[in-house]
Amino acid sequence: MSKPVLSVRGLTVEFPTRRGLLTAVEDITFDIMPGEVLGVVGESGAGKSMTGAAIIGLIDPPGRIARGEIWLGEKRIDNLAPDEMRKIRGRRIGMIFQDPLTSLNPLYRISRQLIETIRTHLPLSESDARKRAVKLLDDVGIPDAARRIDDYPHQFSGGMRQRVVIALALCADPEVVIADEPTTALDVSVQAQIIDVMKEICAERGAAIMLVTHDMGVIAETADRVAVMYAGRLAELGPVASVIKDAKHPYSQGLMGAIPKLGENLDRLVHIPGSMPRLNAIPQGCAFNPRCPKVFDKCRIHRPAASEIEPGRRAACWLYPEVT
Amino acid sequence: MSDTLLDVRHLSRRFDVSAPWLNRKIEGKDKVYVNAVKDVSFTVAKGKTFALVGESGSGKSTIARLIVGLLEPTEGEIVFDGTSLARGLRGAEARRLRRRFQMIFQDPLASLNPRWRVVDIIAEPLRVFEKTMNDRARRIRVGELLTLVGLSPEDGIKFPHQFSGGQRQRIAIARALAANPEFIVCDEPTSALDVSVQAQILNLMRDLQDEFGLTYVFISHNLQVVRHMADEIGVLYLGRLAEVGEAEALFATPQHPYTRMLLDAVPDIEMTGRRRKKVEGEIPSPIDPPPGCPFHPRCPFANERCRIEIPGLTRRGVQAAACHAVEEGRI
Ligand SMILES: Nc1ncnc2c1ncn2[C@@H]1O[C@H](COP(=O)(O)OP(=O)(O)OP(=O)(O)O)[C@@H](O)[C@H]1O
Ligand SMILES: Nc1ncnc2c1ncn2[C@@H]1O[C@H](COP(=O)(O)OP(=O)(O)O)[C@@H](O)[C@H]1O
Ligand code: SF4
Ligand code: SF4
Ligand SMILES: [Mg+2]
Ligand SMILES: [Mg+2]
Repeated sequence: MSKPVLSVRGLTVEFPTRRGLLTAVEDITFDIMPGEVLGVVGESGAGKSMTGAAIIGLIDPPGRIARGEIWLGEKRIDNLAPDEMRKIRGRRIGMIFQDPLTSLNPLYRISRQLIETIRTHLPLSESDARKRAVKLLDDVGIPDAARRIDDYPHQFSGGMRQRVVIALALCADPEVVIADEPTTALDVSVQAQIIDVMKEICAERGAAIMLVTHDMGVIAETADRVAVMYAGRLAELGPVASVIKDAKHPYSQGLMGAIPKLGENLDRLVHIPGSMPRLNAIPQGCAFNPRCPKVFDKCRIHRPAASEIEPGRRAACWLYPEVT
Repeated sequence: MSDTLLDVRHLSRRFDVSAPWLNRKIEGKDKVYVNAVKDVSFTVAKGKTFALVGESGSGKSTIARLIVGLLEPTEGEIVFDGTSLARGLRGAEARRLRRRFQMIFQDPLASLNPRWRVVDIIAEPLRVFEKTMNDRARRIRVGELLTLVGLSPEDGIKFPHQFSGGQRQRIAIARALAANPEFIVCDEPTSALDVSVQAQILNLMRDLQDEFGLTYVFISHNLQVVRHMADEIGVLYLGRLAEVGEAEALFATPQHPYTRMLLDAVPDIEMTGRRRKKVEGEIPSPIDPPPGCPFHPRCPFANERCRIEIPGLTRRGVQAAACHAVEEGRI
């Protein structure tokens, strides 16, 4: 067995506010193996982006990691000084965000941004860095890369810009890429192209991906395993086919049934009443209990931990006894 | 065959997107227009759902705004239950027709007045259309409407910001239903919502349709959602209808190459192992659309004729596609 490239242990992220402490992410544990794609799915506010931000050390103050550890290979990274973390970000961990313009500076040519990032992290001459940048742009499918590299971001379409961002994220050969809703801002016909490029280029380089999205369809096509988040907590984690075809946690079951599918024509979609609680109103016990069709007494009092229910599968639900 | 409630005929809408007059004079530039909607025709049967799908900028919202009268067409006309809306309806006749159709928007917060209580928001159409209704009757009716959309009459005293996104969309639906309309234009009503909440709203909309015999024009970029809701579908590309037809058939046997491509791009969430075909290119700028068939730069079946001649809709059974290759029987 190889060792995980990224290991998150009991991660808890808190925001102190005037009205008290808000827990945005609570007790999240998962590993990502080298070259693996881990999908993180959940509805808006579930804590997906916050988990990603914690890993790359970019939580906005006053938010902070209150508990837990994050390991990148053999190195613990949750307690690093800011400038030490800056060296890891971009070098060992690449980042892709929803809006390409948060990663690209509109005032600089693409060439300058790529070459600078490459030279920050790798000991290359200007001209070698440029060669590397052109090759990367070519790899992510930018036609005529040697010429287009001197364009500005606004001269590219949305999909092309996102390709540039992927090139930027991969320019120092990171071991893991955190991709937060990388296709959400794109048109349907372009989304699939971007997912393909991202997956191919990471596979070629052996980079693992943490793919954060609210779109279960993207996960189904891309991920090896999936973590389902609800109200800042891990509801379920397992191989993607098992979770999609045979979800265990009542929330993941409801989520799967709520998605309209091309292959079936139902009169009604699965109805989960209510909506996800706000951070200041997370119910006692299981966070899903007010919406859960299978709730029983224990759920309202005690919080279930995400424990192993089958080899390789975890769920945070009292319906399943932990296997030991 | 069911009766036609809405008949959209050769509808076009052009927008002037030129630089200001002075800049144009100095730089010697011409006026610039965008054809947001170009020669679009379709009919919507009473009690049915007609869906418009298309990627961003394809003209969906513009058609919605044209239908409900928030925009004037540049060309073409819209006939509602036998009466043309193009001729600038006035007075009582306009009011009678207007109350029969309503619109629901993507962002419920933007369409609900933040300073009004929910009860006043929902009562507003009643004040306009039910002038004889007294306060007490109106209050009771608002309570009924709130219950109908799954909220409680007590929620009426709250303000829109005190609700979640899904609850706000319920409020918008209650307001749309207040005047007992027959016809509702829904522009991306669930696009801002999470899937579990989206399912609640889609279920609610179908229940209301069954209960009141409502007719919907339902706009979405999400093909799975459209598949779930629609009886008929129109596929838009760069302001034109690429294909229109009965929903079941259009999903089973898409004709137009763009429809095929869109269906191929839908992620395989059931994990059937279906292999996606690679989709090439992106949507060109609507300001400077390609000549001939607007889809030709991305189309694997394009030939010389496609680059020159704009294809018209050719009907084949319950489907019609605007494509030379389909018409010639090449694909
Ligand atoms: N600066 C902040 N102060 C207080 N709470 C915050 C802050 N940033 C995020 N949160 C809260 O943390 C929770 C998780 O946020 P996060 O952005 O990770 O959710 P998400 O799953 O990515 O949602 P979305 O899909 O909407 O981006 C949310 O409830 C959010 O409101
Ligand atoms: N008021 C307007 N002024 C200028 N251009 C507009 C206006 N409204 C829409 N457009 C243009 O018309 C096209 C279609 O727009 P729209 O109907 O909003 O698309 P969709 O809703 O499908 O995303 C787009 O290119 C858009 O930029
Ligand atoms: S712990 Fe109880 S409430 Fe929570 S998901 Fe399981 S059954 Fe439902
Ligand atoms: S008309 Fe030609 S270019 Fe247009 S969709 Fe048909 S085959 Fe393709
Ligand atoms: Mg997010
Ligand atoms: Mg729109």
